[in-house]
Amino acid sequence: MSAVMITRKVRKWEKLPGKNTFCCDGRVMMARQKGVFYLTLFLIVGTCSLFFAFECPYLAVHLSPAIPVFAAVLFLFVMAMLLRTSFSDPGVLPRALPEEATFIEMEIEAANGNVPAGQRPPPRIRNVQINNQIVKLKYCYTCKIFRPPRASHCSICDNCVDRFDHHCPWVGNCVGKRNYRYFYLFTLSLSLLTIYIFTFDIVHVVMRSVDNGFLNTLKETPGTVLEVLVCFFTLWSVVGLTGFHTYLISLNQTTNEDIKGSWSGKNRIQNPYSHKNIIKNCCEVLCGPTYPSVLDRRGLMQEDSPVSTTCTAPPSSSSIAAPQTTVSTDTNAAPSSFTHTNSKVDQGCEAQNNEYRADIKESCNQLYRVLERRKNVCVKRRAISCVSTYCSCLYPFLIVQLNETAFLRSTNIYVISHLCSKPKKYLHILNNAVPKSLSSMLLTIIQTLQVVSVTLLRFL
Amino acid sequence: MQGLVPTATDGNMATEFHNLQELRHSASLANKVFIQRDYSEGTTCKFQTKFPSELESRIERTLFEDTVKTLNNYYAEAEKIGGQSYLEGCLACATAYLIFLCMETRYEKVLKKIAKYIQEQNEKIYAPRGLLITDPIERGMRVIEISIYEDRGSSGSSSGSSSVSGSTAR
Repeated sequence: MSAVMITRKVRKWEKLPGKNTFCCDGRVMMARQKGVFYLTLFLIVGTCSLFFAFECPYLAVHLSPAIPVFAAVLFLFVMAMLLRTSFSDPGVLPRALPEEATFIEMEIEAANGNVPAGQRPPPRIRNVQINNQIVKLKYCYTCKIFRPPRASHCSICDNCVDRFDHHCPWVGNCVGKRNYRYFYLFTLSLSLLTIYIFTFDIVHVVMRSVDNGFLNTLKETPGTVLEVLVCFFTLWSVVGLTGFHTYLISLNQTTNEDIKGSWSGKNRIQNPYSHKNIIKNCCEVLCGPTYPSVLDRRGLMQEDSPVSTTCTAPPSSSSIAAPQTTVSTDTNAAPSSFTHTNSKVDQGCEAQNNEYRADIKESCNQLYRVLERRKNVCVKRRAISCVSTYCSCLYPFLIVQLNETAFLRSTNIYVISHLCSKPKKYLHILNNAVPKSLSSMLLTIIQTLQVVSVTLLRFL
Repeated sequence: MQGLVPTATDGNMATEFHNLQELRHSASLANKVFIQRDYSEGTTCKFQTKFPSELESRIERTLFEDTVKTLNNYYAEAEKIGGQSYLEGCLACATAYLIFLCMETRYEKVLKKIAKYIQEQNEKIYAPRGLLITDPIERGMRVIEISIYEDRGSSGSSSGSSSVSGSTAR
């Protein structure tokens, strides 16, 4: 009856929970779905190479050689900002270790007092006062922490992100505290690049048509048509997005807060983070300190993996092995109790075995509760992510954030109330949650999409 | 970290410095206290200076408050938005942030100072009292974790530690 444990060194990124993918041995951190990011890369690189191939030789000779040089510099800056945004840690908050989670649970129970049996315990909220305004901190059940102000949990990446802005599929990563300025510079420089290429395409076509005629010009440089098309559609979306983010920066707000309407409306509190001065707000967001990553991705840690176990374990332990391998990233507490129990089972008599069986059963129940919750979230998320991808293709400047928005909240309420046959008040809730600043057209679109997504949910 | 740190400080020969490795092997973890963040001034990194009740018998209030206040000052210095941070930001932007491949940011420099300070505090003040401070950056800058150890050794060592707490005056 021996269990040989081999201790090997692994990098910490291999054991991080959450749905990120890591490359280059933990140096690069991205979301799981990268398809749209490859499309972004392809569009930018493709359009710029067409520009350098078709327009630049003519313009360099007939106008000025500075034109391709400046275009090259702008292109390199755009690529640098895009890669920086996509590959860096957006400001992910690591999950609470078991002791910290227990400490917080004890504090919550002490604060709530005795809840009579059958009644739902009050929601886990902590009130803090920031600059004389009361801000509510919510408890994150996945990460087991009270989220700092302005942090939010991204359901796509399954992480809490500090100063969460939104999850951008075009960039393939969340946009948060650490990479917001790179994201903003990316959209700004991409707008400039698009305007630049568009302008010089027109100039080139006009100049060549004067010599050769319009149709001949198009025949000689077929790339121009493609470039103009791509630039035209990109212009509206990217310039709009840059304008929107400039507005947000001047008010020191995040996209998440703007969509939820946290600081708008008469009865709501004012933004406690704004300096009430546009220049100061811009300086803080763009020229503030560069925060370090608190996820130590490339640090080394010991991992104990059992090599051979020949133990007379009770039959329930073999059924634990399967869930352990598939959901080892879900809870921090559950896998450690499994390995602990596996080694303890080797020793001991019948009484001890019974105690361990009780432990295993309790851990199983805990795990199945977590799985249940995850399963529901996964199914809904799949449906709603289809809808949101469609939405984001049509309206790239209106990336609706999925986690905790009015959209998801009211969808949940609709599904729950439908199942319990209670009156459906979701439309009223949606109307109250969406800020007045959004146009009624957006409201109609969101309502339509919500109905579509709920219909999808029924079939999934 | 092997070997004991020399004991003579301010001529006080009764002071014993525990080697931190020794502490981990001979003591057992009894409890952990988590000092939460203080958000009253916004999202800048600041920790509460409220003295937790679990530490009442282990360490003096003033020593603890000094440690937390010094840490808060370090973090405020790192996150200060002023001339130097603007210069750093503009220079980095002009080089498309490639300069950070060779240069260390100001925040990283301050973090190194903080790590050194915490190490020093642990060796001089906290380890002799059976406490250990964990650098907040290892906990996501959310909490300062203070581990409380019960000495499994003989009663002589526990009386030694009580004489230490009485005699060290900083």
